[in-house]
Amino acid sequence: MKEHSSIQDIDWTLLGIVGAISAIGVLEIYSSTHASAMAGMQWKQLMWIGIGLVGMALISRIDYHTLLDQAPALYMFGVISLLVVLVIGYSRLGAKRWISIGGIANLQVSEIMKLIIIIVLARFFAEVHTDRVTLADLFKIGVLTLIPVVLILKQPDLGTAMVLVPVAVVGAFLAGIEWKHLIVGVVLIGLLIPLAWNMRRHLKPYQQQRIETFLHPEQDQRGAGYQILQSEIAVGSGGFWGKGFGKGSQNQLGFVPVRYSHFILAALAEEQGFIGVCIVLLLYLGLILRLVDNAQKAKDRAGMYVVMGVTAILGFHVLVNASMVIGYMPVTGIPLPLMSYGGSATAFVFLALGLVMNVRMRRFVN
Amino acid sequence: MAPWNVNDQKIPQSRLALFSYISAAFVVFLLVGFWKLQVVQSEHYADLADKNGIRPIAIIAPRGAMLDREGRVLVDSYPSFSILLLRDNPKLLEKSLPQIEDGLGISKEDLQQQLDAAKLEPKFLPVIVKPAASEADIAFVESHRADLPVLELMMVQRRRYPLGEMLASAIGYVGEISPQELEKNPDRYRPGDIVGKAGLEKEYNDQIVGTDGMRRVVVNSVGKVIRTLDNIDAVPGKPIQLTIDEDLQRVAEADFTNKEGALVAMDARTGEILAMVSRPTFDPNDFAVRIPAQEWAALNSDPNTPLLNRAIQAQLAPGSVFKIVMATAMLESKALPATYTVYCPGYATFYGRLFHCDHAHGEVNLHKGIVASCDVYFYNVGKQLGIDRISHYATSLGLGRRTGVDLPGEEPGLIPSEEWVERVYHHKWYPGSTISVSIGQGAVMVTPIQLARMITAVASGGTLIPPHLLKDANGLTAEHFPLSDDTVQQLTDAMWGVVNEPDGTTSETVKLQNIDFSGKTGTAQTESFELQNKLGKHLKENGWFIGIAPRRNPEIVVAALVQGAGWGSSVAPIVRDVVKAYYDKKTGHLPQVSTADNIPPSPGAAPAAPASESQQP
Repeated sequence: MKEHSSIQDIDWTLLGIVGAISAIGVLEIYSSTHASAMAGMQWKQLMWIGIGLVGMALISRIDYHTLLDQAPALYMFGVISLLVVLVIGYSRLGAKRWISIGGIANLQVSEIMKLIIIIVLARFFAEVHTDRVTLADLFKIGVLTLIPVVLILKQPDLGTAMVLVPVAVVGAFLAGIEWKHLIVGVVLIGLLIPLAWNMRRHLKPYQQQRIETFLHPEQDQRGAGYQILQSEIAVGSGGFWGKGFGKGSQNQLGFVPVRYSHFILAALAEEQGFIGVCIVLLLYLGLILRLVDNAQKAKDRAGMYVVMGVTAILGFHVLVNASMVIGYMPVTGIPLPLMSYGGSATAFVFLALGLVMNVRMRRFVN
Repeated sequence: MAPWNVNDQKIPQSRLALFSYISAAFVVFLLVGFWKLQVVQSEHYADLADKNGIRPIAIIAPRGAMLDREGRVLVDSYPSFSILLLRDNPKLLEKSLPQIEDGLGISKEDLQQQLDAAKLEPKFLPVIVKPAASEADIAFVESHRADLPVLELMMVQRRRYPLGEMLASAIGYVGEISPQELEKNPDRYRPGDIVGKAGLEKEYNDQIVGTDGMRRVVVNSVGKVIRTLDNIDAVPGKPIQLTIDEDLQRVAEADFTNKEGALVAMDARTGEILAMVSRPTFDPNDFAVRIPAQEWAALNSDPNTPLLNRAIQAQLAPGSVFKIVMATAMLESKALPATYTVYCPGYATFYGRLFHCDHAHGEVNLHKGIVASCDVYFYNVGKQLGIDRISHYATSLGLGRRTGVDLPGEEPGLIPSEEWVERVYHHKWYPGSTISVSIGQGAVMVTPIQLARMITAVASGGTLIPPHLLKDANGLTAEHFPLSDDTVQQLTDAMWGVVNEPDGTTSETVKLQNIDFSGKTGTAQTESFELQNKLGKHLKENGWFIGIAPRRNPEIVVAALVQGAGWGSSVAPIVRDVVKAYYDKKTGHLPQVSTADNIPPSPGAAPAAPASESQQP
């Protein structure tokens, strides 16, 4: 096995796209916060990006096969960590999802769980040596995924919990899910979602409110619908060309909720217009296509599953976050990768990309 | 190599390609969503964004002042501050409440109650937690701008009534516009506007109301003002000058301490009202700030009806004052000779019923009948005149109909007639009723202002002056019901006798030196003797005195009513005081009356000149 990898093995295209998205994010964080008490946030975000790059370099060094070897142990570690959080975790914004490390940084354990589920499911799918996923396999995948999902839901953090699911779904799809299973699954989900949605409308107002609060506990300060509306106003009023950098009234006057974080795309849409949104979304599409390219060139299926697990999570983040900003989905705590302000989330993206680099660097190795 | 990692399969290239296509489809789906908002509905959302961040703030125009006839301030406005509580951010609000309770001295229950009451209103509408902030309150808000951003100051204009309860019934009060008033004038007013609700504040609202200005400001998401966009100044309301003479008003008010009743003093030549009293009354300053619901209910349901302006709204029997109408009818109609006399044994019987008189007056002619107020004389006069003739003269002299004074809610009173009794009671007039009417009892009901005008008319040859309170009133015309010089002379001499002759009903107690003061007393039962007997108690009579000076073509007329006074003669000194003050002033001696102590303190940072400084020479 070749022990070193050359600098040419780094995916510079991928890094370029990541750099562009991150830069736009940092600028928009600056625009959103420079005139407020939170001024200077962009420097913290840059620091996190730096830490993320270091983490990426480190994780790309350890052969992903070694990581996959440790999958059962990592899974146990992740589940126990989630349990610990539930018991002693320090509560912030009404939800327990942070562990204080040495009193310096607060680490969101569920972010680590995202990495772990990628590795664990990659290992699982790599062991499916046929092109047909059996019902028993599906059941095992379901259990493996649902244990952390339920634990994260308990925090409660519906957003992050949901994010784990696409890793399993995309994995199963690539592993060769049977058409009948796929159809049954799609039909079941297709039936359950509108059913659940309609049930919700038949609930009493206070019960609806509870569900609202459950869906987005940290943000429901101003009544359901307010944040979505303010976000839509920001996006819509931006128009085709945008109001200009630092000139979005919705953004600058604070009408856009958490405009530097979960709703950063609304802030950008207001100030940079449809043009800006196009650029950003096409960058994300480029990122995903580039990740798929890496998967296609992976040395083995295990590597492919790792890359596609990362792709599934990042793609899901972008889809859900952008849909929320334009009011197509309820408010959930899913940030926009690389753009939304946030330490743990940003670090996760870079660590996940580190896994991708890891696979890429070893594509020619036997 | 670990057993799990047997690389026995190819990469599923086609499925990965499918994943790419699906991803691209999702991005297209998202871009369509953004296109809809940013291109198709862009204008709609731009409009919403403007409404979000730009808030129009009304600059309240002060209402015009009310001045007395010499330019002294009776009512004015002063700027004051209200403290608003912003409710946009419930979490911040919740956190700030204890500090606000301490700082502004509002009880927790009060604050919670106000917030609960506003629960259904849009969250961007703030709650007024302190309508009239003190200087300490303002200092508290200013010094906590940083840590209590939920508090905001709003400048408002408040009405100030330096005289307090004095003249309150005539001035009226202001209050928030009612939904009905708003519906009538939707272009002119907005909800929450302050308008005149009663008295002169209501009558001349359109003249004294100013035009509010408007400031458009940029606010952030918690409602804090970031900067001003533009500014349209408020146009203050114009002041109005009243005919009231503050000096006479003070004299009259002082005489009504602890009394129930009313007084009207008028310039008998022009109808300018010099003083107007109604008791019990209220303090309009209570309405200038938000009046507590309880207090309002108490004022409204008070059996003493403090909100009534008795000078124009009390409809009562005039008693013997009505004898002037009887005498006028007798002389003018010539139905009886001017020399008509009656023997009064202290009672008389008509239609089988006994009617009383105060004394056995003996031989009574018209002069003595008025001076000593002999009922028996007028019973006989009335019987021979008949109800319709009495009714004609009473109505012609302005009784039983509104005088047209420039105040809202004037009552007409009532003069009975055959036609009236048939219309309302559907039976013929009982001739016996005429006997009661002859001494101003029975169904006769008049207001103090009507009596003042009637006596003036009789003393000045039949000119019914138009009573009014606005100094620059135009379009006022006097009514004329010409009376013969003979009638005027006889009646004015008789009224002079009431005050100045030994057998006058005032027993010479209110004579004024060098002033040709005359008048007529009235004592009216509030209920019939029959009802009083049934109730087993004696209700005190209402006392009237209408005074004029000089006796012919008078300059001043003062009508006073004291409810439950017993005798009209006890009311005469009040009228005398006002008439004397009028002449004292004319000759350069200002009356000395203690000043009211009911002026509200000037709250807040409002620059408020003391009332005394704004007096003009």
